[in-house]
Amino acid sequence: MAISRYVLLVFTIAMLASTALSDPILTKVDRRIYLTSQIVRIASTLKVENPGPLIMSEVLLAFPELQAKNLAYLMASSHESKGKAKGSVVSLPIKAVNLNDRPSALTFYSVILPKELAAGESFTLDVLAAFTHALRPVPEKITQADIQLVLYGDSVYYLSPYEVKVQSLSVKLPDSKIESYTELENTKVHGSEIKYGPYENLPPFSNSPIAFHFQSNLPFAVAEELVREIEISHWGNVQVTEHYKLIHGGAKIKGEFSRLDFQARPNDRGASAFSFLVAHLPARAHSVYYRDLIGNISTSHLRGDSKKTELMIEPRYPMLGGWRTAFTIGYGLPLQDFLYESEGNRFLNMTFGSPMIELAIDTLILKVVLPEGSSDISAAAPFPIKQWRETKISHLDIGGRPVVVLEKTNVVPEHNQYFQVYYKFSGLSMLREPLMLISGFLFFFAACIGYMHADTSISKSSASYLAKQQWEEVQVLIHKVQNVISRCLATHDNLEASLRDLSRTGDVQACKAARKYADGLLKELSKEMKPLLTSLQAYPSAAQILPKVEELVAKERELQEKVMLKHSTAVEGYERKSGARDIDHRVALLQQKITALKQEVDDLLQFIDDII
Amino acid sequence: MAAPETSTAAVPSLYTNNALRNAFGGVLSFFILLLIGVMAFSIRLFSVIKYESVIHEFDPYFNYRVTQFLAKNGIYEFWNWFDDRTWYPLGRVIGGTVYPGLTLTAGTIWWLLNSLNIPLSVETVCVFTAPIFSALASWATFLLTKEVKGTGAGLTAAALLAMVPSYISRSVAGSYDNEAVAIFALIFTFYLYIKTLNTGSLFYATLNSIAYFYMVCSWGGYTFIINLIPMHVLLCIVTGRFSSRLYIAYAPLVVLGTLLAALVPVVGFNAVMTSEHFASFLVFIILHVVAFVYYIKGILSPKMFKVAVTLVVSVGLAVCCAVIAVLIALVASSPTKGWSGRSLSLLDPTYASKYIPIIASVSEHQPPTWPSYFMDINVLAFLVPAGIVACFSPLSDSSSFVVLYIATSVYFSGVMVRLMLVFAPAACITSGIALSQSFDVFTRSIKFQLPGISSNTEVDAAETSSATAEAQNDAVKTEKSEETSKNRPSKKSKKKEKEEKPSTKAKAEKRLIALPLDSSVISLLLLILLGAFYVVHCVWAAAEAYSAPSIVLTSHSHDGLHVFDDFREAYAWLRHNTDVDDKVASWWDYGYQTTAMANRTVIVDNNTWNNTHIATVGTAMSSPEKAAWEIFHSLDVKYVLVVFGGLVGYPSDDINKFLWMVRIGGGVFPHIKEPDYLRDGQYRIDSQATPTMLNCLMYKLSYYRFVETDGKGFDRVRQTEIGKKYFKLTHFEEVFTTHHWMVRIYKLKPPKNRIRGKTKKSKSKTSSASSRAKRSGMGKKNPWH
Repeated sequence: MAISRYVLLVFTIAMLASTALSDPILTKVDRRIYLTSQIVRIASTLKVENPGPLIMSEVLLAFPELQAKNLAYLMASSHESKGKAKGSVVSLPIKAVNLNDRPSALTFYSVILPKELAAGESFTLDVLAAFTHALRPVPEKITQADIQLVLYGDSVYYLSPYEVKVQSLSVKLPDSKIESYTELENTKVHGSEIKYGPYENLPPFSNSPIAFHFQSNLPFAVAEELVREIEISHWGNVQVTEHYKLIHGGAKIKGEFSRLDFQARPNDRGASAFSFLVAHLPARAHSVYYRDLIGNISTSHLRGDSKKTELMIEPRYPMLGGWRTAFTIGYGLPLQDFLYESEGNRFLNMTFGSPMIELAIDTLILKVVLPEGSSDISAAAPFPIKQWRETKISHLDIGGRPVVVLEKTNVVPEHNQYFQVYYKFSGLSMLREPLMLISGFLFFFAACIGYMHADTSISKSSASYLAKQQWEEVQVLIHKVQNVISRCLATHDNLEASLRDLSRTGDVQACKAARKYADGLLKELSKEMKPLLTSLQAYPSAAQILPKVEELVAKERELQEKVMLKHSTAVEGYERKSGARDIDHRVALLQQKITALKQEVDDLLQFIDDII
Repeated sequence: MAAPETSTAAVPSLYTNNALRNAFGGVLSFFILLLIGVMAFSIRLFSVIKYESVIHEFDPYFNYRVTQFLAKNGIYEFWNWFDDRTWYPLGRVIGGTVYPGLTLTAGTIWWLLNSLNIPLSVETVCVFTAPIFSALASWATFLLTKEVKGTGAGLTAAALLAMVPSYISRSVAGSYDNEAVAIFALIFTFYLYIKTLNTGSLFYATLNSIAYFYMVCSWGGYTFIINLIPMHVLLCIVTGRFSSRLYIAYAPLVVLGTLLAALVPVVGFNAVMTSEHFASFLVFIILHVVAFVYYIKGILSPKMFKVAVTLVVSVGLAVCCAVIAVLIALVASSPTKGWSGRSLSLLDPTYASKYIPIIASVSEHQPPTWPSYFMDINVLAFLVPAGIVACFSPLSDSSSFVVLYIATSVYFSGVMVRLMLVFAPAACITSGIALSQSFDVFTRSIKFQLPGISSNTEVDAAETSSATAEAQNDAVKTEKSEETSKNRPSKKSKKKEKEEKPSTKAKAEKRLIALPLDSSVISLLLLILLGAFYVVHCVWAAAEAYSAPSIVLTSHSHDGLHVFDDFREAYAWLRHNTDVDDKVASWWDYGYQTTAMANRTVIVDNNTWNNTHIATVGTAMSSPEKAAWEIFHSLDVKYVLVVFGGLVGYPSDDINKFLWMVRIGGGVFPHIKEPDYLRDGQYRIDSQATPTMLNCLMYKLSYYRFVETDGKGFDRVRQTEIGKKYFKLTHFEEVFTTHHWMVRIYKLKPPKNRIRGKTKKSKSKTSSASSRAKRSGMGKKNPWH
């Protein structure tokens, strides 16, 4: 690199030293100006011949100041390569040069030829230049009914620091409605095309202005600012968000805007307005959205096939001359289509410009948001570009994501070339955020568990703490009492069940056995109950609940007695073979008492339950 | 032998079973609550799914704008924010005139999320604030109803509230309005009040004051709380339910609550000055008198007490009369009797339509129709009476509160359709109680009488009784808390309650057991059917009726969905294609949206605080072109925006609102006379219309070149051909009309050049002089001259 630069320097010096002597001659210049869009494109084919004794390696291109200001894109390629394979046009390196001995109103670019030209050799060169804002609406303000006219001025002769032998110019206009054009010798008009020339043997810097004033209703969509944000997620998505600030760059509208006229006669009322834009998104674009500050814009169409996705969007209102609007489109792209890996480096390879068709962009800011933890970041673009770094903090970031910002002014669709952002990123960093979430929740739950188990009381000997503890012990005891009581009740129920069995089967023995079993059980239970009650009495905090508990126990005992009595009377009755009605009659009174007692016990149980 | 053994094995498991069931019930109700929250949130997302995540309607746009300002500039800037984008040239002090609760809530959520590096936009937070708070509201309902009637009723009420259409209508995603937060605050304040009443805990009383403070921050409807709670306290005192718990529940609320309420700039001294708060102070005094009497009664013998009473009453009456006389004189001296217009129109439903057309003009201030009850609370309307009955058996402090709540809110909802929102939670609570109690009864009677388990009915009985005990656990919690709390007041009354309660319950149980099996099964099925109908209705209401954001309209035609996005088209146009300081005049409905979406200064907006200013715009709209131009020009207006639905049949356009412009304008500027616009008592725009109508600005701006669309000028809203078809505008020019003509924007033509129009001027001078003469005879016409 350094050597080649050195060589280049030497050559430049050599050439400067001998400029007057060995300027190349342009033997044939063929220039075509396309005014068919708001972006003016000039394609020139130059045949360069080296007449001089010295070897020549570069060709200078000159642009007048007015054009140089609007020059958005300049590309030179060898004519032969274009002829051979259309797809692979190799562009030649171009750089701006500042020459002291040349008129300062001109800006020079030098094209470095692929091979040095010896004396007498020639080389054919294709130069494509694109200009924005080169068409000037005249008049500047029109009403809705007027037709938009634009003016374009250029020189009929190819402006060059070299002598031009033969040259011709053709100007392509959008249609044949031409207001006026400069008529010179050798001017021919074929419909929408105007041809000048051929002109022969013109000295360097020959200049003769020509102007075209013609009708152009093409969309003058100019993005005053476009911010493209490309966010890479290694989980498999590249999210592109594009914020447009759009203006209709044509003749401004003055006076009324009548929707009626616009809807009824769209071709001659507001003909210069555009109501839709088309964007060619990459294939497999998904989750496309189109909105602005105040919500979705509901007018868009999306068509897709395997090669591309076509998005047609309509701004909220038709764009008449001078009107502005702002909106955002966004879409997701599969990661594997755009992200590649080489030698441990990853690089993103995407097109630079806007996907919108024929959109001139005044300022394009491209932000590539890399995942958190990327390092060794560098960006490469095929044209000069301003770049700097930023940090963006997004979902669950700690340090923020590195952002590579690229800025370029005057961007035209020709800039839709691939640029690369290289960076290093370890796959493990991907797991950082999920792990952070997991550990966060883990910590939260652990803290919850810890809190639930921790004793947060300030003093272990304070009265309230002791009372609380005592109360808990009392609760445990009362639960035990309840347990015993409920078991007693269950035993009673068993006895009742055995009585029912008796009445059904008449099996007195089984009934007696049940009785015996229940007796034993109840005795055990009453034994169990005693220590509980005594220990309950020991607690002062149980004072208010104790009478209830005692009442409960007493009632239960009473109930127990009654149940036993009922059981024995019934069994006795059966043994005496007295009639069922007789037994029922005898039992009935007992039964009443039993139900009443049971109710009382239930109520007491419930009451105690409520207190606990 | 086998039978007893198995049963003994079952005996110890019975107890553990119970404990397990308790734990299981707790977990189950927790998950049910969680699901209710999820449902409350997700049923409100229809608007996002069917339309988009966008702020709805009118007021939410203002709240959104305020929140944006708060998020951008911080809280101190917010309090001092003087908004010069609205009420031009007066402006509005936003910090001092908004209820800041909603804004601060959303702002806090946004700030919290952003400090956690979750970069959600302010808009997203605002859109989802309402659904989040409706989930919270349903949980608060659970707590409140649980305090009143137990867990079962609580869960049912929470589920009902989660999807009650009335509440959905105000809290769908995007409906970023005060009510979304306020209903939660309302229910939660009531819950804390009941909780304090049941426990007598000062802790809850303090929380209650804070919840009340939040409510005051959120919504003007806080006056409902500060009137309902005193009413309940009074009711308790009158019915002999005075207790120290009541004192603790009420006194801190009044003192702390009033102090806190006065901190909110928009309320300020109103918290003690206006009549809305008067009841609370009166009851506060009464409460203290009653407490004092109880205290004296305790220390004096009955005889002494009687003497003291006669003495105090005779002296006290005299003093009271004097004080009341002074108070009445003070209150009566103010023209509105110390009440604000909206409150007054609640007490006297005819007040607003008589005196303040601007309140009457708002559709949500109209009384509701019967179908709207069915639309908004659906089957709850039938369940409410049953719930009220259930509240009376047994009547406790808390259930009497619910009864009072529903009774008052029914009245208020009958006056203003907007207050249906306050009624809905009450309806949900009572219906929840009714549903849960009837389910309780039916399932219990089925359980008793199912033939399969009749053999161990007794066991079941024990089980069910314990189950019901569990369910009614909280109903009796009152006593429990009394028992546990250290200060136990009025033991007598409590004892009485205690004694009567189990007996009534027992009676009830016995009576309920008697329900026949088949009828209870059928009733159960019918109830489930009713519930299913309610769910279907609610989902329909959420999906179809209340999810439209009203800034985007859709219509279904044979070739699919058609979207009318005209409002945003117009606002976007204004935002991008007019100068940032241009003033836009429109009827006040569109003020909030214009400032928020178009970021342009408006003359009047939905805040409607200055009747004269609105009347000026109304006058301009109903004046002929030249007079209107003069008014607008004097207000520095550059663009006039009108909403016109005649082309596509959008009914709520400016022509249909025109009667209010005339009425409000005529209320202040008497030269606008309503009869001039009426033909046979009707506003007409067809060939029968009056010449005043056909020459007024609103007519002209709406129908300018309308006839050229179809050749006849057929208005699809009014279903008629317009009266005056061909006319030109002299002082205005059309600068933008949206795709479906729904919004039309006109620009005021610049004043005529003086030199060129010299001859004309003299002519116009004489005419204006004559008109001025007329004007002076008619009174004021334009306050800006």
